Amino acid sequence: MGTLVTLALLLPLGGTVVLALVGRRLPEPLAGIIATLTVAGSFACVAVAAADFFAGTGEAVVVSWFEWFPAFGVEAAFRFDQLSALMTLVVTGVGALIHLYSIGYMHGDPRFGQFFTYLNLFIVSMLILVLADNFAVMFVGWELVGLCSYLLISFWFERETAAAAGKKAFVVNRVGDVGFIVALMIVFASFGTFEFGEVFESAPSVLSTGTATAIGLLLMLGAAGKSAQLPLYVWLPDAMEGPTPVSALIHAATMVTAGVYLVARTGAIFELAPVAAGVVAIVGAATALFAATIAVAQTDIKRVLAYSTISQLGYMFMGVGAAAYVAGLFHLMTHAFFKALLFLGAGSVIHGMHDEQDMRKMGGLARRLPVTFITMAIAWLAISGIPPFAGFWSKDEILGTVFERGGLWTVIWGVGIVTALITAFYMTRMMWLTFFGAPRWEDGVHPHESPRVMTVPLMALAVLSAIGGLVNTPFRTALEHFLEPVFSAVHLAHPPEGTTAWVLAGVSVVAAVAGIALAAMRYRDRIPAEQGAGWRLLGRGYYVDDVYGQVFARAGKLGAAWLAFRFDSRGIDGAVEGVGSMTRRAGSWLRPLQTGFVRSYAVAIVFGAVALLAWFLSRGAL
Amino acid sequence: MTVTPGWYMALAAALFVIGAAGILLRRNALVMFMSVELMLNAVNLTFVAAGRELNVIDGQVSVLFVMVVAAAEVVVGLAIIVAVFRRRQTASVDELAELRG
Repeated sequence: MGTLVTLALLLPLGGTVVLALVGRRLPEPLAGIIATLTVAGSFACVAVAAADFFAGTGEAVVVSWFEWFPAFGVEAAFRFDQLSALMTLVVTGVGALIHLYSIGYMHGDPRFGQFFTYLNLFIVSMLILVLADNFAVMFVGWELVGLCSYLLISFWFERETAAAAGKKAFVVNRVGDVGFIVALMIVFASFGTFEFGEVFESAPSVLSTGTATAIGLLLMLGAAGKSAQLPLYVWLPDAMEGPTPVSALIHAATMVTAGVYLVARTGAIFELAPVAAGVVAIVGAATALFAATIAVAQTDIKRVLAYSTISQLGYMFMGVGAAAYVAGLFHLMTHAFFKALLFLGAGSVIHGMHDEQDMRKMGGLARRLPVTFITMAIAWLAISGIPPFAGFWSKDEILGTVFERGGLWTVIWGVGIVTALITAFYMTRMMWLTFFGAPRWEDGVHPHESPRVMTVPLMALAVLSAIGGLVNTPFRTALEHFLEPVFSAVHLAHPPEGTTAWVLAGVSVVAAVAGIALAAMRYRDRIPAEQGAGWRLLGRGYYVDDVYGQVFARAGKLGAAWLAFRFDSRGIDGAVEGVGSMTRRAGSWLRPLQTGFVRSYAVAIVFGAVALLAWFLSRGAL
Repeated sequence: MTVTPGWYMALAAALFVIGAAGILLRRNALVMFMSVELMLNAVNLTFVAAGRELNVIDGQVSVLFVMVVAAAEVVVGLAIIVAVFRRRQTASVDELAELRG
């Protein structure tokens, strides 16, 4: 089992190394095929290794590669338990499909091999992150996925917007990382170790509520950065500048879920800090609603999905904040399926429309792209929360659990239901603008279905989106059972049972159907202008980007300009040049001493010797 | 009259002063060189005299070292002086002042 875990990590790592060395010289599809096979092989390894878990007999294993920081007792160690098994299966499974899709999507790109190098490196990073057995190794993975995200968002760096988006993602993530790093420091100061097992076991006896709250809030800051939650979500919509498979892989299915995984993994700490857990849930709920309203007014098909991703991540945070870890992870999984599908479908549409992303110039594509349409329709129903598709079960479990906790949590539940309605609305709007109605294509655009290599992953994900939710229904809680050993020390919140469950499910379905119906009526036969101030406000995302740009980016630029043109060129350079000119001046003072006359040197030596002799004599040393 | 170590020291001092004076007063590099040798040998004299007086071998050992170094120095120094003379038709150190500051 340990060997398989090592192999699962080494396969994509080997792929990265090989592609980095010879990727440029490989003929086009071969680089993609190598990358896809390594990830698929990694998936196979993980699946075999997880077989015991499925049978309910497996024990968590820890593989230690080497001693990393002996002084801190940190080892490069990887933990394979039910939680990391779930995460690795999602990452490598969805990752392999997206790799396959990319072979078609990136066809003809001059840096085809490089793209797959980065894509493979990303899979390695994500595996390190979710398999880590201690906070230090996890941090390595955490930073590596940030790096890959940067590389892939700005993959088409010839476009200035793409380069800027990459930088933005990197910088915004750094803000969150500060929280993560400080949290790690407090963890080490409190426990003297980074090792997960020891930390979580001794947490109740070591941590005071205050310390636990501090750690929890700081971890949440890190998670908010990586998972694009308020107020650090701004990088994700811009990340759509990257190639569409990147959006699907990193900014929908895997990397952005790292924050959710972090909170779930550190559940033992959040249990000691109800305030921090509450903040997680509130941030999640606020983000869910906030991003959903913005998604309503987007015209770029990928930006709709970007805000939708932020909103859905809000649901996951709502879940893990409410100690519904299984529900949160369940939604993480189903979301990975249907959001990857939506993004890949959008990529297929963009591909078929000759790189057109504006939905106002689409319409009537259902007949031209039948496979894309049918698969995306399944994802649409899944994200809208229509049973029995995947999204319904996971979203409903989160909402039900939140409701069951009662008190103020009911408000969060209410926000969740409203968000569900809006979600159904904007997804329907997107589907309608894209696939139905009269064609509004620009001249010369001939929409066509994508090649098989792109549609096969769509179909696979469509199947998962349709039936993936059945792993954890109120009737058969297989996932909860599966994850139970990981959360044995944590008090899980449970969804309601009996009549309450039916009523809540009914409310969600009504909200979803209402959202779909509203959008369907609105967009059925015409495209409303959507011009007013309100639409503009939503379309620009409440002007948050502009405010951030004015406040933080400008302040940052001013600070950087001061550092570069004042502090560096005057302060640092001044000091360096000062030393130089001082030496030069001292030299010009001392130059006349070197007369060039050998005999004057000899005189100096004689006088020196005499003086020394006199000194020794006066001290009576001789 | 017995020759006491004091006499050796006095002779060495006299030789040393003659050598030093030669260095300071003469301009010819070759003569300065000979003066240096004189000073070195004055010091050698003190070494062997003191070594004999104190009945240790170290003095003579040191002298051997000095002689070896002096021989090496002469080889290099004479070569330089000859080369300079060939080039400039002079061995006066006062005219060799290119390295002044």
